[in-house]
Amino acid sequence: MTSRYSAMSLIREGLSGQRGWTPAWRDAEPKRRYDAIVIGGGGHGLATAYYLARNHGIANVAVIERGWLGGGNTGRNTTIIRSNYFFPETAAFFEFSLKLYEGLSRDLNYNIMFSQRGMWTLAHDRHGVEILRRSANAMRLNGIDAELHGGDAVRAQIPGLNSSPRFPVLAGMNQPRAGSARHDAVAWGYARAASALGVDIIQNCEVTGFLIEGNHVRGVETNRGTIRSERVGMAVAGHSTEVARKAGIRLPISSYALQAFVSEPVKPCLDTVVLSPATGTYLSQSDKGELVIGAGLDLYLSYAQRGSLPWMERAAAGVVEMFPAFSRLRFLRQWAGIVDVVHDSTPIIDRTSLGGFYVSSGWGTGGFKAIPAGGWCLAHAMATGRPHDLATAFSLDRFRTGALIDEASASGIAH
Amino acid sequence: MVSGWRTTGGVTLDRTTPLSFTWAGRRLSGFAGDTLASALLANGVSIVGRSFKYHRPRGLFAAGLEEANAIVQLEQGGVSIPNLKATQIELYDGLIAGPVNAWPSADFDVMAVNALIKRFIPAAFYYKTFFWPSWRLFEPSIRKAAGLGIAPPRADPDVYEHSYAHVDVLVIGSGAAGLAAAEAAAAVRGNARVMLVEADAEFGGGLLSADEPVEGASPLAWRDAAVGRLRRMSNVLLLNRAMAFGFYDHGLITLSERLTDHLPPGQRTGPRQRMWKVRCTRVILATGAFERPVPFAGNDLPGVMLASAAQTYAVRFGALPGKRVVLCTNNDSAYGAAFALQDAGCAIEAIVDTRDDPGAWGAAAHARSIDMIKGAAPLRALGHRRVKGLGVIALAGRARTRIACDTVLTSDGWNPAVHLHSQSGGLLAYDEALKSFLPGASVQAAVSVGAAAGVLDLDAAIIGARAAARGEMASAPAAIPVGPTRRFADKDNAAAKAWVDFQNDVTVGDVQLAARENFRSVEHLKRYTTLGMASDQGKTSNIAGIHALSDLLGKPVPEIGTTKFRPPFDPVTIGAFAGRSVGADLMPLAHTPSHVAQMALGAKMEPYGGWLRSAYLPRPGESEDQAIAREVNAVRSGVGLFDASTLGKIEVKGPDAAEFLQRMYVNGVRNLKVGKCRYGLMLNEHGIVYDDGVFARLADDHFLVGTTSGHANPISESFLEWLQCEWPHLRVLVENVTTGWAVMNVAGRHARRVLAGVGTDIDLAPDAFPHMTFRTGTVGGVSARVQRVSFTGELSYEVAVPWGYGADLWDGLMNSGRPYGITAFGVESLMVMRVEKGFLHVGSDTDGTTYPQDLGFGPAIAKKPDDFVGRRSITRAEGLRENRRELVGLEVADGGGPLEVGAHVLPADAKEPKGTQGWVTSSAYSPTLNRPLAMALVERGTKRLKERVRLWSLGTWREARIADQRFFDPAGKQING
Amino acid sequence: MLLIECPYCGPRPEIEFRCGGESHIERPGPQGEVTDEAWSDYLFYRGNPKGEHRERWFHAAGCRQWFNLKRDTVTHRIVEIYPMGETGSAEPTW
Repeated sequence: MTSRYSAMSLIREGLSGQRGWTPAWRDAEPKRRYDAIVIGGGGHGLATAYYLARNHGIANVAVIERGWLGGGNTGRNTTIIRSNYFFPETAAFFEFSLKLYEGLSRDLNYNIMFSQRGMWTLAHDRHGVEILRRSANAMRLNGIDAELHGGDAVRAQIPGLNSSPRFPVLAGMNQPRAGSARHDAVAWGYARAASALGVDIIQNCEVTGFLIEGNHVRGVETNRGTIRSERVGMAVAGHSTEVARKAGIRLPISSYALQAFVSEPVKPCLDTVVLSPATGTYLSQSDKGELVIGAGLDLYLSYAQRGSLPWMERAAAGVVEMFPAFSRLRFLRQWAGIVDVVHDSTPIIDRTSLGGFYVSSGWGTGGFKAIPAGGWCLAHAMATGRPHDLATAFSLDRFRTGALIDEASASGIAH
Repeated sequence: MVSGWRTTGGVTLDRTTPLSFTWAGRRLSGFAGDTLASALLANGVSIVGRSFKYHRPRGLFAAGLEEANAIVQLEQGGVSIPNLKATQIELYDGLIAGPVNAWPSADFDVMAVNALIKRFIPAAFYYKTFFWPSWRLFEPSIRKAAGLGIAPPRADPDVYEHSYAHVDVLVIGSGAAGLAAAEAAAAVRGNARVMLVEADAEFGGGLLSADEPVEGASPLAWRDAAVGRLRRMSNVLLLNRAMAFGFYDHGLITLSERLTDHLPPGQRTGPRQRMWKVRCTRVILATGAFERPVPFAGNDLPGVMLASAAQTYAVRFGALPGKRVVLCTNNDSAYGAAFALQDAGCAIEAIVDTRDDPGAWGAAAHARSIDMIKGAAPLRALGHRRVKGLGVIALAGRARTRIACDTVLTSDGWNPAVHLHSQSGGLLAYDEALKSFLPGASVQAAVSVGAAAGVLDLDAAIIGARAAARGEMASAPAAIPVGPTRRFADKDNAAAKAWVDFQNDVTVGDVQLAARENFRSVEHLKRYTTLGMASDQGKTSNIAGIHALSDLLGKPVPEIGTTKFRPPFDPVTIGAFAGRSVGADLMPLAHTPSHVAQMALGAKMEPYGGWLRSAYLPRPGESEDQAIAREVNAVRSGVGLFDASTLGKIEVKGPDAAEFLQRMYVNGVRNLKVGKCRYGLMLNEHGIVYDDGVFARLADDHFLVGTTSGHANPISESFLEWLQCEWPHLRVLVENVTTGWAVMNVAGRHARRVLAGVGTDIDLAPDAFPHMTFRTGTVGGVSARVQRVSFTGELSYEVAVPWGYGADLWDGLMNSGRPYGITAFGVESLMVMRVEKGFLHVGSDTDGTTYPQDLGFGPAIAKKPDDFVGRRSITRAEGLRENRRELVGLEVADGGGPLEVGAHVLPADAKEPKGTQGWVTSSAYSPTLNRPLAMALVERGTKRLKERVRLWSLGTWREARIADQRFFDPAGKQING
Repeated sequence: MLLIECPYCGPRPEIEFRCGGESHIERPGPQGEVTDEAWSDYLFYRGNPKGEHRERWFHAAGCRQWFNLKRDTVTHRIVEIYPMGETGSAEPTW
């Protein structure tokens, strides 16, 4: 029986025909009642359950996932992790998440392959350079690593950049501690760790309604029966509106397709993450050798998880502009997630007007990097009834007061 | 006769055109019509590559794009392409290619040591280790070992184009079913536009390797006749070398057409590839099917091949996979392969059929003296670098045999190519007889025919295709069930050596391991083991993996499901998607009317919001600072000329024009007199300052709205949106005329004289034409609109003439201004002057959080009773916050140079770089005042005038004092010259 | 890529258009009486349905007219197209 992972475990199991490996997580039959229910078995939901158990001693938790865990946006993103945010509230939150990522493999005993190879944002005109400087300074003043380099230094650090570009590189801002991780591993790692702490993970279980009494949630109805709890949290990117509506809660969200693309795997040719605000395209190279490419949203509502052709063309044009040698590489695969976009591109982690019902939503195009902190804060809210200090600004009320944190406007980058 | 590995067959070979090529450094030869794969086979090359993880030797496995092993690097230098499949490369003279990911060669690869430790590195092993002490230690080696081919070292020299077509019927695939469907569709209506596309260079699909007559003719003769008839039909377009790779919403199909890839590099001219976007009323999917391999231990050895592939190599290409062949099958179709090889001179050592009674085909084999082993399946292929024998086991009982051979052909049945059907949204239905997924209900107007619909019998396929083309339903004959497939028990050691995904090195053992660890959905299986994620995207492995999982879990296949199909069907060049949107054609920059004249003056051109404009115009030897100082001084003491054509101009006309603009602007509009101009601020509905500019009233019902350069189109569109969607009862017309009028700005005390010098009928006397008024007339003999507005703070005229006259106007003004030392000035000089005046620049001094009250517009808003866009937003709690950032000026207090834009403001007693109170938004060295000036958004700025602050930027501290930003001529005395 | 039947120009590909989001949103007023909640609703809250959606489209590269259409946000099938200012054939389903 091997439940702890290590090089020794690989050797031992290798010698005995891989027979002793145990399930990474238990498939639980839903109990009648739990101390807390988390709707959504993606990275955020699983992290929430894990931190409920680990930070708050609440292990009698069910994670309810209507499909297969990690099958939503967690398994579809471009795997970038960074904390190069502008405003103090968002900077503090995403930096906390990055720090959690730095220790996560050890914490979970699961290699999530977090590779801190930097993330570069380029500037192509005077105004762009000014924006980068303002951003780099904001990051440093928030205690986050940021460097600003001139065009020559950028080209020296990123070989392959177009030498006769349409958008010359005047400067680049790098966050050295940013990078990428293996997205599936984050979901599986949290699932395994949560399950080991006693959390029940229930797949193929769809919430069809809520039990509500006295304006307080009492449980959920599912296609596998009724499950009761006085604490229900929701982390279902792409379906936040649908699920919240069943609880009578409205959210200021619109759901769009966000596409991602990979090339065929090639030998190492890009060892950092690069974003050009001119084309909105960013790319990195995975540990398997595939170029992982992202661009902007398809700008009409969609739950289809496929995205449309024009954005694939735009992403390709963006790649060729930055790295003209990659023009001859080939797109191998394309897919899309459903992202919940909020006007200010800043998340929502808050209780709602329904007692005991908490939501984590509005992650837009930036949910993957936030998984640890998002789970940490939602768990805190569910356990204590109050928002975590890092998430007080991510409230639903900000839409009424106008206290938005508009990161997109601050940096001009799609999140 | 057999000679080496070439036979006398080869229906698409042109033996009159021998070719020579280089493979892994060796000179070899082939013929026109060969693929690189068939030529390698004909030359007896057995090991064509190494697998991704274990670097095991691999041989050719398939003959088409489902090939998983023969991954090659084609050519070198800038035209190099990594990761092509040898089966997809048309051989040309002088071709250079080699295997990827094998060093020093495919024959001897040092990384094969991985195979020795295979048991310790099963699927997903990297999740279980490598994180102590840190992933960073191990990652570089993993990355170096990963990846297949090598990205080209230089920019792509090739050009790619996009084309469009609108057709009534698109037929994808030119096998028998596709050809029949195209002809029938074209005949339905004489003017029905029909397009037939084929990914291969040759039309015919499976006919090119078929062995049985079709409608009484040989397969090739039937194909030739069908293609000939199609070519003569004027409403039919045939495209070869065109692969359909995407089926999108609303009948859009994308094709990737190869135009020059089949030619030697030296002979390639014109675009390399063409991407077609085809809108179709109907699509007929004749995309064929992929043969399913049989999993057994050692099935990845060179010499193990799909049965139909061997048949293709023998019949179409005249190349033999080996000399002593064993065929393992569970269905009839594979017998054709054995017979074709026997006819070409191979020895068929045995046919192993899992069925107890192979019927007529068994009898035919017997008639050919081929040994039959019935009710049996392959157990293990023997050999190290090549098959040298096959162990066979009875399905019932445990009887075993061993057969000496050098080639094992396998066939477990056929998987219809349902990719495009699925991409279109169509459902899939599992067929128990065929043990594969068939196209189910379509959601778009698409129908599958032939093998793609599971109809493997050629005659039935043709009948069905014709019916489908005519829009009729044809009942397909019941599919002949395939025989059983031998299953692996859980934890069977042999499973660890039975490959499912050849390229990514995933075995049945890995599938079992995944299930053991609870990765039991088809998505989890794929992601955990990487099965189906290689460059063949699972065309030969997905179904096998699903079957293995189904067997293990005891769950029927329909419950396991299958992964989603997404474009592209097969990898497509990134450059092909970009098309002509590269280089200067990517978001092309617009030029101003005076572009040529300014270039001749040595202008330093820079991009500003989609326009190429002069930042400054240095004289030889001048630095940027020197040029700007000279330009500013010229304007402030003499006269300067600036091309302001890029600023937005929107005509707003109608009885309700004033009422409309009253709602658009923060400022009042209704009370503006005809002939007068006013500065206006526009918000979006969130209360954020969106744009500013001068608007002029041309008549009671006619306004000219000025916007910043980048916002002309968005604002005109925003106007249309408000008028059409919210206030349709307002009678207003809107037109963006920015590029209809060229605008030259003459600024400085001599401006009036310069303007008079080009000739105008407009009275320029100061009281006839005061500041902030608008006049029309002629200037330089051309119809003109002139405004007295000033961003520099000097006497200033903006002269607008129809765009085509802009260059002449520039020249005329420069000439007229020569006696006064007129100086062309650029954007950066203009920016210095407006900073000197403390004028706002939206986008620099504002960002997505700036409300009008932050810029001092509070009193103006208080005076205006009406609603306007954004008004309600600025009175929310956020807008009433007393510590909002406000735009103020900064005077440098440490004797240093200009502050950096983007430096952050900290309190005067700040010792550490922590926190922020705002940031510098504009900065300049003022040649007029001889000191640096800046503007900044600072918390409570207007209540902190004269207060000292510190600034921090990337480690550098500066000292400054908050000041009123109207640094120069606050009373506006310069304005009249 | 959607093929949208502009009521004035006929079927054109989606790149010629811009989507303006949900249809039939009323701007609250008069200004002085609009609560923060009502204003917030207007700015930020939308139906965002997984299913049929009434939305506004603008033919930016063509006639520059706004119109409405009803589209399924899962299948992308366009069910109905109707002019700006009308409400289409049935009440919204959400």
